[in-house]
Amino acid sequence: MNLGIDTTTPPLLSVNDIGVDYGHHVGCTDVSFDLWPGEVLGIVGESGSGKTTLLNCLSAQLAPTRGTITYETRIEGARDIFTMSESERRMLMRTDWGLVRQNPRDGLRLGVSAGANIGERLMSVGARHYGDIRNEAAAWLEKVEIDVQRIDDIPSTFSGGMQQRLQIARNLVTEPRLIFMDEPTGGLDVSVQARLLDLLRGLVTRLGLSAIVVTHDLAVARLLAHRLMVMKDGKVIEQGLTDQVLDDPQHAYTQLLVSSILQP
Amino acid sequence: MTDTIEGYNFAYLDEQTKRMIRRAILKAVAIPGFQVPFGSREMPLPYGWGTGGIQVTAGVIGQDDILKVIDQGADDTTNAVSIRRFFSRTTGVKTTERTTEATLIQTRHRIPERALADGQIIIYQVPIPEPLRWLEPSEIETRKMHALQEYGLMHVKLYEDIARFGRIATSYNYPVLVNDRYLMAPSPIPKFDNPKMDNMPALQLFGAGREKRIYAIPPYTKVKSLDFDDHPFEVQRWDGCCGLCGATGSYLDEVILDDQGERMFVCSDTDYCEDRHAEGHVGPLGQAAE
Repeated sequence: MNLGIDTTTPPLLSVNDIGVDYGHHVGCTDVSFDLWPGEVLGIVGESGSGKTTLLNCLSAQLAPTRGTITYETRIEGARDIFTMSESERRMLMRTDWGLVRQNPRDGLRLGVSAGANIGERLMSVGARHYGDIRNEAAAWLEKVEIDVQRIDDIPSTFSGGMQQRLQIARNLVTEPRLIFMDEPTGGLDVSVQARLLDLLRGLVTRLGLSAIVVTHDLAVARLLAHRLMVMKDGKVIEQGLTDQVLDDPQHAYTQLLVSSILQP
Repeated sequence: MTDTIEGYNFAYLDEQTKRMIRRAILKAVAIPGFQVPFGSREMPLPYGWGTGGIQVTAGVIGQDDILKVIDQGADDTTNAVSIRRFFSRTTGVKTTERTTEATLIQTRHRIPERALADGQIIIYQVPIPEPLRWLEPSEIETRKMHALQEYGLMHVKLYEDIARFGRIATSYNYPVLVNDRYLMAPSPIPKFDNPKMDNMPALQLFGAGREKRIYAIPPYTKVKSLDFDDHPFEVQRWDGCCGLCGATGSYLDEVILDDQGERMFVCSDTDYCEDRHAEGHVGPLGQAAE
């Protein structure tokens, strides 16, 4: 399969032997991988397998106990995200990165309108023209298939699927190169899930985004991810191309995981 | 010097407390707009009535000072009268209602209409010193935002105003950027008064008693009200003039006169209004000075 990924360029995100300990308990350990521009990496595994710990670590919200994470910044080249100054890291998080949370209510500002939610990142990087911000917000509402008429409505009046799409628009407005998604379709009914996945897949291809998607839903992984990592007990037990892992699982746990899906 | 009450130190607070407050003030003046924590004391006044303001005043007042206290521009309202009397009884300093005579002005919700001069000090009573408070509940996060100068969120509020009302509807406690660095709440003064803060010759001190913060703007410091390029900052305007003195350039309060909806507008700054009246200006509802 030609994924349109150019592996001659340096990787966007390079993860080297990271591990997180919670006291004596191991959150995740010995994780290494490279992510190239335009690539979508899926992380699957059961509850408590360390997926979210790993994602929090990758998205610089949790400092790892061991190992390094380097990111290819636009201006200064490869930088270790945990040796950057906090202001640089926060800048990165609201410009070049996006974070889509499982519960849209954690990722949105519920007290302000949809337009202001989308415009927040623009204003935080210095946009000071109301008309421009509003036009940009309207354009993004259209891209995520929300009626532009609802630009001044507050997100708590939106349905779950709409809130999730709004959260995605809010993250993509500064044209990030890397987005982190934690169970992006969790808690949505299947038809809404299907539309959201369709939208995400379209956006990722059109914008050439890289993404790291944590999910326990193998169908989501198959649809979105080019490459898959299977985690158990904080360790990566299998990784490879998505179709390869799902169609020909090698590790006993992966085989169990794949065979647990009900075939309608 | 008038008689002061027995058994209290000059200006009520003990010298160590005043020293602590002065140190906080010095730090605040050195970092314009930065909120300096201080050990706020219990005062014989409920929180929200100006406990921060009177602690700052007690910290800086000296025997030669002349004190003016205003509340919503007026010298004769309860809060102003009781704070003025408090200081005249605990310090014996001269008090005045005239802006030009005062060396120290403690204020709630207004800046006097007459431009303040070099050497004067204006002390604001502040209920909530953190301009980002209603947008970001975490104190840790707001401090970090100040430290890293991440003030985009304040514009989200202004955006929301325009989206809902078609213009920036915030009319008091309008956020300002001090010396191109710190975002600051100017205390609940009307935005009409914001331009007066910019490059003011007088020293401006802010005290928040319940929230235990002091901040300051040194004389001649740039103070900019936030806005959007296509929705510039503007102040309130009135169609009429002051009913008593005919002033058109001052901040006017609306006063309902009867049950039929009769109303009049009067200057909120009583000293300014009386001064104009004495100079012979008369509004449509006023009587000429005798």
